[in-house]
Amino acid sequence: MSAIQEVATEAPAVEAVPKRAMTLGYGSSLIMLALLIVVPLFVKNFIIFQLTMLLIYGLAVLALNILTGGSGQFSLGQSAFYAVGAYTSAILMEHAGINYALTLPVAGVVCFAFGFLFGQPALRLSGVYLALATFALATAMPQLLKLGYFEYWTGGVQGLVVDKPNAPFGLPMSQDMWLYYFTLAVSIAIYIFSVNLLKSRSGRAFMAIRDNEIAASAMGIDVATYKTLAFGVSAGITGVAGALGAIAVQFVAPDSYTITLAIQLFLGMVVGGVGWLPGSIVGAAFIIFVPNIAESFSKGLSGAVFGVLLFLVIFLVPHGARQVAMVAEQLIGRLKRN
Amino acid sequence: MTAMLDVRDLRAYYGQVQALHGLDFGLNEGSLTTLLGANGAGKTTTLRAICNMVRSTGTIEFDGAPLTGRSTENIVRLGIAHVPQGRGTFTTMTVEENLQLGAITRKDSPGVVSDIERMYDYFPVLKTRHTQQAGTLSGGEQQMLAVARALMLRPRLMLLDEPSFGLAPLIVRDLFKILGKINREDKVTILVVEQNAELALELADQAYVIETGRIVMSGSATEIAENEDIRKSYLGY
Amino acid sequence: MELFTNQILAGIATGAIYACMALAVVMIYQAIDHLNFAQGEMAMFSTFISWQLMQWGVPYWGAFVLTLAFSFAAGIAIERLLFRPLAKAPILTNVAGFIALYSIINSVAGLIWDFTIKQYPTPFGSSPFLGSQLISTHQAGMIGVTLLLLVLLYIFFQYTKIGLAMRAAASLPESARLVGINTSWMIALGWGMAAAIGSVAGMMIAPVVFLEPNMMLGVLIYGFAAAVLGGLTSPFGAVIGGFLVGIFENLAGTYIPGVGNELKLPIALALIITVLVIKPAGLFGRPIVKRV
Repeated sequence: MSAIQEVATEAPAVEAVPKRAMTLGYGSSLIMLALLIVVPLFVKNFIIFQLTMLLIYGLAVLALNILTGGSGQFSLGQSAFYAVGAYTSAILMEHAGINYALTLPVAGVVCFAFGFLFGQPALRLSGVYLALATFALATAMPQLLKLGYFEYWTGGVQGLVVDKPNAPFGLPMSQDMWLYYFTLAVSIAIYIFSVNLLKSRSGRAFMAIRDNEIAASAMGIDVATYKTLAFGVSAGITGVAGALGAIAVQFVAPDSYTITLAIQLFLGMVVGGVGWLPGSIVGAAFIIFVPNIAESFSKGLSGAVFGVLLFLVIFLVPHGARQVAMVAEQLIGRLKRN
Repeated sequence: MTAMLDVRDLRAYYGQVQALHGLDFGLNEGSLTTLLGANGAGKTTTLRAICNMVRSTGTIEFDGAPLTGRSTENIVRLGIAHVPQGRGTFTTMTVEENLQLGAITRKDSPGVVSDIERMYDYFPVLKTRHTQQAGTLSGGEQQMLAVARALMLRPRLMLLDEPSFGLAPLIVRDLFKILGKINREDKVTILVVEQNAELALELADQAYVIETGRIVMSGSATEIAENEDIRKSYLGY
Repeated sequence: MELFTNQILAGIATGAIYACMALAVVMIYQAIDHLNFAQGEMAMFSTFISWQLMQWGVPYWGAFVLTLAFSFAAGIAIERLLFRPLAKAPILTNVAGFIALYSIINSVAGLIWDFTIKQYPTPFGSSPFLGSQLISTHQAGMIGVTLLLLVLLYIFFQYTKIGLAMRAAASLPESARLVGINTSWMIALGWGMAAAIGSVAGMMIAPVVFLEPNMMLGVLIYGFAAAVLGGLTSPFGAVIGGFLVGIFENLAGTYIPGVGNELKLPIALALIITVLVIKPAGLFGRPIVKRV
């Protein structure tokens, strides 16, 4: 063991995505919004359910994007926050009879606190070490949820059943459709919040920390506070997503929230484009629909097909959907000039 | 005399930014040339372009063979040693391992062993420290190690990027004396990039002055050193 | 007290598994500066190949050597075909690549050999080692093989030309290129060696955990944890880390109330992370000074 210290002038582990590039222009945003509002009016309930899940996973991927793409902290543990949000909502609804809509902010706050607290010991870890720590959190969560100790509240291995809400004021729409628009409203609110967060002073602090933590600290940025804040916000949003997920799926159970979910969210972030908030929905679409496509190709080899498709995506667009958007933007720019 | 290294219309880019705007120059075999200029002028970029460490267009020929398209390690194997800015010492390895690494592409082990001894003759301080981790050496010692490592390749051409950087003047003088000796006795063609123009011009026989990616002056070292206007405008003294 | 010593010994015995895997993890980390999540699957696949060879009548040691060679070649092939194109892509994209590889290998193994558990032979027999009830001859053999690997790796890195070149390429790739080292091939070689070491780990582990496509996941995680605990730059640390993880796991299972099999993993990880918070570079790793 030598006394020599390796000097690492390392490139930041997370690519610096300039602030401007982290969102969509107004035009594209409006088109997206219009589609999201109109499409469910024309499709069957099951598709609407899938679209709802799309928004929910999109929120979870968005949260991860803020944490990793925004503040440069790597997390394989988002499934834990998702689970806490889901269970918070389910417990409040089943044991305390609280209205589903009110469980969302509670889930958000509880998870924010949880994330903020987890962010503290995580301060001393980075890169692969933080990955391991968050991984531990993710693997622990299902086991913690199964513990006999909490069984009265959590329903143990079986979990809890949740009632799906009806549309309020007797509006003429199915439960699925109401839930979809409710989720859409929440998602839009959170998206706008996130965009503004990243444009704000806090957002700039996050990105400074992501790009060069030592320099950020030397500039007077309170790195510890902002890092834990990022964890908190990310966990909070994931918690809200989890709560919505619980309501949409109508039950919560420990084995729904395993490390597999955390890995999927990670893949969603990469496919969508790290640090590109709009990509979150593309990433969510990938993790929801591609496994189904893979399975339809070949039941026995669905994992292999999924892996191959994933490879194709990362070979073609290593920077994810953001790359596609940038290329599209350039093409449109050229068309406009001609 | 045909040039050993022939560079024509060299343009180099860092991403979208163009750093070199069409350099033309040549190095004759056995010459000791210095490339001078201010910070950011493109001196380091030129050396990096020769070793294909930066994206570039144009022609670079070594002994008539084109270097463009070859990987850095293949260019090195042709006999071009590059002592980079910051020295690039393997700090976690011993002095002796660093020297062995310099010769890692050579097949003649006895030759390598005797060359290591020769390096210890040139640079006795390295011998004293030969089992020490390279990172514990002082700046001057690391620079000597970097030069020694480059020589272990038995290069025909040696590129040095600001070897005087951060070193005390006396040490720089010693180092430059050794470079001169290597040039004359081992017949190694040398291209030295320097900010310390005065010392470099004493050492070299040829000189080029580069400014914002273009060569603005070339000639013998004595001419350039004696030309007051050039000294004042480009070299700052 | 006797229970305690027994648990320590038992922990060392199981720890040999993690130590072996940890060596493969450190090997790949030295080559590419990150962890390859698919390594466990590659080891598992290699182990299946050796099993298949033995089903076809090849004797144990013949299958062992053939599998080593196959794994080495496969590791290089995977790197050249799948990860070299991603060399310029962001790290996170590479990680997604590892996950994709994991998925593919796991699925293909399941298809070829299905998910039923298979017995896997050990060349060391399974009788009690030196009469001790805690360590079987197989486990002793496993520890021996791991230590042998460690010694061989040490000799390779410290005393061979190519080992020196690999160290240089991992330490400062640009400087390595400037002495003529083909750093790209050094990475491929690192993959090959990691795959080969992983296959040894798999073949040593299979007799204990039984052969099936999902056998390596837990082992891999513990292997990572062990490597990180030991310090990712130190093969010696990886081995010690492996033994320590085995011991932690056993002690946690025995002494912490309420910890059944399911919570052993997170608790072991939590312990490791605690160590890391105190000593961020691991027990034997070189502290890394970060410069702006």
